[in-house]
Amino acid sequence: MQIKPILAALRRHRLATLLIAMEIAFACAVLCNACFLVARRWTMIQINSGVDESSLAVLTVNGFEPSQAADVNARMLAGLRAIPGMQSATLISEVPFGPQTGAAGISPDAGGFKDLIGVVDFVMAGPGTYKALGLKLVEGHLPQPGDYQPATSFAPEDVQVLVTRALAEHAWPGESPLGKDFWCDKMHFRVMGVVDHFARAQPGQYEMQQGEWTVFTPVVPGGSLAGTYLLRGRPQDVQRVLQVARGAVQKIAPDVVLDQDNSRTLSDLRTKYFLTDRIMIGLLLGVVALMLGVTALGIVGLTSFWVAQRRKQIGIRRAIGATRGDILRYFQTENFLIVTFGIALGMLLAYVLNAVLMKFYELPHLPLYYLPMGALALWMLGQLAVLGPALRAAAVPPVVATRSV
Amino acid sequence: MFGYYLDLALRSLKRNRVLTALMVLAIAVGIGASMTTLTVVHLLSGDPMPGKSSVLFFPQVDPENPVTLSLHRNPWPAMDYRSAVDIWSSHRADRQAILTSSSVKVRLPDSGQPPLMLSMLSTSTDFFPMFDVPFQYGSGWSADDDASRARVAVISADLNQKLFGGANSVGRILRVRDADMRIVGVLKPWRPTPLFYDPWSQNFSKSEDVFAPFSSSLEINKGNFQAYTCWHVPPSMGNLQDADCVWVWVWAELDSPAKVRDYARFVDDYANTQKSLGRFAVGSEHARLHDLMTWLTDRGQVPDDVRLQAWLASAFLVICLFNAVGLLLAKFLRRSGEIGVRRALGASRGAIFAQCLVEAGLIGLLGGFFGWLLTLVGLWLVRRQPVDYAHLAHLDTAMFFVTFAMAIGASLIAGLIPALRASRVVPGWQLKAL
Repeated sequence: MQIKPILAALRRHRLATLLIAMEIAFACAVLCNACFLVARRWTMIQINSGVDESSLAVLTVNGFEPSQAADVNARMLAGLRAIPGMQSATLISEVPFGPQTGAAGISPDAGGFKDLIGVVDFVMAGPGTYKALGLKLVEGHLPQPGDYQPATSFAPEDVQVLVTRALAEHAWPGESPLGKDFWCDKMHFRVMGVVDHFARAQPGQYEMQQGEWTVFTPVVPGGSLAGTYLLRGRPQDVQRVLQVARGAVQKIAPDVVLDQDNSRTLSDLRTKYFLTDRIMIGLLLGVVALMLGVTALGIVGLTSFWVAQRRKQIGIRRAIGATRGDILRYFQTENFLIVTFGIALGMLLAYVLNAVLMKFYELPHLPLYYLPMGALALWMLGQLAVLGPALRAAAVPPVVATRSV
Repeated sequence: MFGYYLDLALRSLKRNRVLTALMVLAIAVGIGASMTTLTVVHLLSGDPMPGKSSVLFFPQVDPENPVTLSLHRNPWPAMDYRSAVDIWSSHRADRQAILTSSSVKVRLPDSGQPPLMLSMLSTSTDFFPMFDVPFQYGSGWSADDDASRARVAVISADLNQKLFGGANSVGRILRVRDADMRIVGVLKPWRPTPLFYDPWSQNFSKSEDVFAPFSSSLEINKGNFQAYTCWHVPPSMGNLQDADCVWVWVWAELDSPAKVRDYARFVDDYANTQKSLGRFAVGSEHARLHDLMTWLTDRGQVPDDVRLQAWLASAFLVICLFNAVGLLLAKFLRRSGEIGVRRALGASRGAIFAQCLVEAGLIGLLGGFFGWLLTLVGLWLVRRQPVDYAHLAHLDTAMFFVTFAMAIGASLIAGLIPALRASRVVPGWQLKAL
């Protein structure tokens, strides 16, 4: 295939060529960045909460005085455990994808936040909660009955805790986290074990690698640990068990108020939490599809025009010996050249767009492998779009050359 | 001539219906997508207090000491109790209100209705006139009520509907936690969007249901206040008056630039004095006095996702425009022969140019019409989304006209280069080819 005559022809249509190339360039820039955003959100909504979401529900009541906490807990636990199908009802302060209750900065020194390790979620949990959650211990040991400490402030003064692997790797890289100490102001914590995964309440508000900075804290029920209950049932029962429990609150403890919004199954909470991300993914993909469609239509429109304009020339070429394949390949090569030019511009634009987005959003650099993938997609799109007009061009009979137009 | 060009344009559009449809579609889709997102951005960045926003100011100081937890460059959007009370009680502004919000248990005594958990705004008397809060019945409370810790409350129209069926409930008693509070005022439906006066509310959430004097509500709901953040763990949960936490804030009304300057100096001086006393770590470097709109912009009033959508839609519109330019170019140059004849018969370049632009504008008008329909569909989709600003998504008159202006403007710009090219067709060549 000779490229020179194609380039010569394109030079006669500089404006139109430039237009298609610019369109391709923009499409390439938006495509790469949109796919990058979709991939990030997709990773986010796939976060492993580490708990048996399908078997769990959470029920929250409030509107009681701290002095009533022990009484409310006792009534609620007894009432909830009596519901048929309830495998367990235990105390917890927050669950993944529910409201956040205990986020605080931790540091390796007491009494301040010097050398801050990071802001972590403290999940206060009563006896039985570890088992109900279905967390997986990878190192160390589980809290024994004697390890549960009372809490009047948001956490106990001195307690042994479980941390997630993500937090351990961040706080003590390359070291065994077991037995390590950390502080939140004057409260002291010692790591007794490491769990595989455990998402914090609102992972989306933190950077992606911080979504599992969670500290599982064994706490004696009462005091500040009251009002939020983790319910466990068989996956097929849990929705019904929760419904019964919600209805029973009024009878179990007439004076408390059920938190309607936050008493849900964990699967519900997860769906609700990531709903806007799902919508955003749908929207991004929709716009990308539309954009590629419009770009393809532009190529079809302009190539059709060129084919119509060059009917006579095509006829002459056919008359002096060019095959249909030659004509077809001519238009395909021409498209390939234009798209390649557009992609080259588009890669630059993609980086500019990424830089602009980084300025406004917490986004890392666009990984380089998005560029060849975007290029491949646009080459394919160009070839698909040009196929129709090019086939029509190839079908021009040589006899056209002898007719006056 | 315009009528003639219009006729020519219509004929030309009819001649190649597929190409016409493609162009109209491209413009309509581009306009529909960008107008939907721009309308949402426009509505979300609106002024919640038109006519008054320029005299409302949000003072900030930075009480965090030592500054370790966060190496922040800006002060928190609230203050500790002492700073807020100091600044509020100095009465340096025309009007000033001190505010904080908490969640509280509310019921009607002896009604048998189950108690409700509601959000309560603790504030002071100036809140109502300062923010032009509309009353259905009664009024706000007085400065004396603030001082004497009066057990009075103002309730929202929503709550009045829920508890009293919308009747005049002034004088009725509301049990707020364990205290009986007399209702002195009932608001008309009031939903400032965004909810500007509460620095850490969801931007587009509803306003509070119960409003009570700062002094008395702090007593009544003691222990249930939430801090925005703390730099020392409070001695007991929810009792924040002596804690190293930020949770109270102040709004001030200042109606002349001189007063604004004086007040800004006062806030700066306060921060510097506290620094020299050793209570603050940073002085006036972290003292701010923003007016309402600046404060809202600072706070990031338009959600990130919405801005991202607007970016994306604009990029999409640009692609649609490139597409339209390409197709118009093809369309105009296909008629080179016809243009050559017109030129040979005496039409000037300007006339050809005008004729082409009329055609481009007509395509823009059609694209605008379909784009408008698509915008309505787009906004309908936004309203069905589970987002807190969904109820706002409606096309106002201004944006309706912007839709058409943008569509016609965009297609005229798109038509510019092709029209220029068409007007430079050399008549001789075209006539020879005929």
